[in-house]
Amino acid sequence: MGQTFAEQILSRAAGRTVSAGEMVVVDVDLVMMHDSLSPSIIETLHTELGAERVWDRDRVAVVIDHVAPAATVRQAEQQQQVRRWVAAQNITHLFDVGRGISHPVLIEEGLVQPGMLVVGSDSHSTGYGAVTAFGSGMGTTDIALALATGQTWLRVPETVRVQAQGRFQPGVSSKDLGLWATRTLRADGATYASVEWHGVPFMHWTDRMTLATLSIEVGAKAGMVAPAGLTHSVPEWLRVEDEAVYSRSIECDLSTLEPQVSVPHTVDNVFDLGDIGRIAVDVVYLGTCTNGHHADMVAAANILRGRRLAKGMRMIVVPASSESLAQAAADGTLNILLQAGATIGTPGCGACIGRHMGVLAPDEVCLFTGNRNFRGRMGSPRANIYLASPEVAAATAVTGYITHPGELAASS
Amino acid sequence: MPRIWVFGTDVNTDQIVPGRYAPYMLSADDDVRRYAFVEARPEFAGAVQPGDILVAGPNFGCGSSREYAPLALKRSQVGAIIAPLFARIFFRNALNLGIPCFTADLREQLADGDEVSFDVASGTIGRADGQALHLPAPAAWMREVWNEGGIVPFYRRHGRFPSTGA
Ligand code: SF4
Repeated sequence: MGQTFAEQILSRAAGRTVSAGEMVVVDVDLVMMHDSLSPSIIETLHTELGAERVWDRDRVAVVIDHVAPAATVRQAEQQQQVRRWVAAQNITHLFDVGRGISHPVLIEEGLVQPGMLVVGSDSHSTGYGAVTAFGSGMGTTDIALALATGQTWLRVPETVRVQAQGRFQPGVSSKDLGLWATRTLRADGATYASVEWHGVPFMHWTDRMTLATLSIEVGAKAGMVAPAGLTHSVPEWLRVEDEAVYSRSIECDLSTLEPQVSVPHTVDNVFDLGDIGRIAVDVVYLGTCTNGHHADMVAAANILRGRRLAKGMRMIVVPASSESLAQAAADGTLNILLQAGATIGTPGCGACIGRHMGVLAPDEVCLFTGNRNFRGRMGSPRANIYLASPEVAAATAVTGYITHPGELAASS
Repeated sequence: MPRIWVFGTDVNTDQIVPGRYAPYMLSADDDVRRYAFVEARPEFAGAVQPGDILVAGPNFGCGSSREYAPLALKRSQVGAIIAPLFARIFFRNALNLGIPCFTADLREQLADGDEVSFDVASGTIGRADGQALHLPAPAAWMREVWNEGGIVPFYRRHGRFPSTGA
């Protein structure tokens, strides 16, 4: 019988052949922790678990990305404590303020490779599936246990297969496929399961991260894009096996896919852009681990080139990483965004969780390239958040209402 | 007597505790317990009593990995959470903290404000009209974790992860 990616990776991590439904205790390859949860993880590790040191100082990555740079004295103090702890534990990998969001950064740094098992203190740790790693988000206690032991417990998940066919129309991109999948599977459609994305060998790993991070929005434990087309070296044992058993399969014809928009206040409340009517927008926010990469800024710049933001519009761009920012600076993308009237924030999570750098006021409408539009996520619980692609974000920034990118191309 | 609190479908971690009230965002002497359902159900934090039971629709706890969502419920001494489907990360966080979660849909049998009796060991809820509701039994290893008060006390005592039968 063939194995899914989840079964292949967890079999390797467990040291024996395992299949969906089994409970396993597994060795992890890497533990990621970020500023938001690190203080409580550190406390749990030492005070509650009584462990003095992390199990392997080379296999822990600490990232200051959630509120970076700190917005309050208390956050600054806590980040200071995290840095001191990293020094005291002699941990090799600390990515401090400005380096960017943990998920892309750990891939850029080469710390996450195809076939690895990674646990992170963040639900979008599914993002490591961009390079076909099994990434799973966990809470404080699980991460503290993994730090102490190098192990975790898992139920080997069933797998939901998303098969794409064909190529996107202009103005349509991986975000639209991801939102289409949440629309089709619904918010709980892959709970306890792993999602495999097939049929997108043409995608760069950052576009794959869009799909992998959205996997948690259908409840998944991990979300992995098939390795075909990756420039990373893929271990020989990690491959698509014909006989693998999937609990469910869905298919998407990319050539007929329209831009998708997720309407407040749930991620799976998705419509074709053409069906939502005219929605006026106050602020366009381009960023996050889902769509704040260099390619996303380029996609937006291609639409914004030679244009200006609509009257009264704000556009906030927060690059996902310093590498993305540097690329955008080098190739002129940044200049196009600035000339259009956008503002650029420090690489990191920005306002994605409503703590700083562009939180929303009551009754404001935001067109967001991120992954969650829950009530209150980006600030006021009375704000409305619509999720869409970088292309839709840029077109919307120009017109002031949620706009199909094709509409602008046609009129220019 | 435990009181029943009924919640809807897809209750997410931002509804349980909005990110703005993360312990990280609070002053050191504040307690995240005070912000349980602060916007979704503002009367909850003030009125919840130890042992009270949450009865919800599918996909309870979806959203982020923030453990302070179940932590706020643990500090409120919630006796159990019952839903037909739990979001994965919430489920493991709650288990790790020792909060009994039962997978069942009791929204037809129980109403908000009902007073019931509850025996966690047998998984039995007694309604005021005398009817007993039996919850599905959890895996033995989960009950072991509940009995120890969470995975940390379990680990400290046994020096290993619970035996999952493998
Ligand atoms: S950008 Fe948003 S979704 Fe991604 S890791 Fe940061 S807070 Fe989480």
